[in-house]
Amino acid sequence: MDVKSSEPELRALMLSGLAGDAAAYRALLEKLSGQLRAYFKGQLNRINRGPVEAEDLVQEALIAVHTRRHTYDSSQLFTPWVYAIARYKFFDYLRRTKVSAKDITISDTEEMTAHDDHGHVESSLDLERLMAEISPKARQAIQYVKLDGLSVSEAATRCGMSESAVKVSVHRGIKALALLIRKEK
Amino acid sequence: MKTDQLINMLSTNLEPVKSGQLGRTLVWALVVSGAAAFCVMLTTVGLRTEAAGLSYLSFLALKLLFTLSLIGMGAALLTRLARPGQGGRRLFTLIFLPFLVVGLAGAVALVLEHPMAWGKMILGMNWVTCLFCIPFFAVVPFVALIWVLRKGAPTDLKRTGAIAGLVAGALGATAYAFHCPDDSIPFIAIWYGAMVALCALIGGLLGPRLLRW
Repeated sequence: MDVKSSEPELRALMLSGLAGDAAAYRALLEKLSGQLRAYFKGQLNRINRGPVEAEDLVQEALIAVHTRRHTYDSSQLFTPWVYAIARYKFFDYLRRTKVSAKDITISDTEEMTAHDDHGHVESSLDLERLMAEISPKARQAIQYVKLDGLSVSEAATRCGMSESAVKVSVHRGIKALALLIRKEK
Repeated sequence: MKTDQLINMLSTNLEPVKSGQLGRTLVWALVVSGAAAFCVMLTTVGLRTEAAGLSYLSFLALKLLFTLSLIGMGAALLTRLARPGQGGRRLFTLIFLPFLVVGLAGAVALVLEHPMAWGKMILGMNWVTCLFCIPFFAVVPFVALIWVLRKGAPTDLKRTGAIAGLVAGALGATAYAFHCPDDSIPFIAIWYGAMVALCALIGGLLGPRLLRW
């Protein structure tokens, strides 16, 4: 895990993840979180922001990678795709927090793959509080499918919804959470 | 929240993702909103009424060549702009080509004619209608394109918005071409070109507001 992950490795994990391989996808997100943490810490360092903000951005970027994973074109390289998302989220953060992009020195742009960082800082986000703000239907679907790890069909029986309705609720719920997280900061 | 918790949540019961859905949605949006723009044209100004002669058909073909080339290139560019890390820089420069070609052709057409005829060639009978109709017909396509792009992940919001505006404007101009009674290349170059460019400008201004994610 401490070894820098390479493009072919990450790409292979992403492709398996897109095909529905949860273990490969989890491995991918773990590797990415290390690289993203190093990237955001490096960027935030220049504007004197700390590790908590970095962790917020790591989580925001991971959710973006997840909810936008259909935009990855499998014929292209994977690292530039992730890097573009991270950069977008960083500049979005600057704009939201009214830090001018001019305050940062662009010259020593860090490569995301340059470092790996496995900090154990918690982000400022409170999942339970965020969950309370999304629709009850989506909350229940996420609780069953994403947190309790029930299968979609089990969740469907418990909620009294069809399987596709559960899937849609989960999908919408995650997007709603992503939106809330963005507004938090 | 710990990041491990989040990773757990995101990877539990992972759904597989179908590839190529974004492109298909874009094509559908183009077809449906283009048809909608055509219907708006039919119900407002209507089809061109004069006898459909050879000149009418050849100028209609010219107008469509201009607008459809913009739609084709613009749509191809949008599929790239909607994906992080793909700039589509070469296509972006190519999109100026139709404007350049029609502009040059318009200039040549003017030079070949006597200056006395220039006023009629440039203003035609109907430039004011053209001015209002193209942006008006472009509204539905623009809304449809923004809806599609919000499903993607554009990272250059100004540029993506501008190209969405350009494609919407070109769709509006395509619909207007079936009404347009003016058969002159300078007319196409100036009014079609300017109105599509105006739509692109508006799209570029609205992009950062509408496409943020």
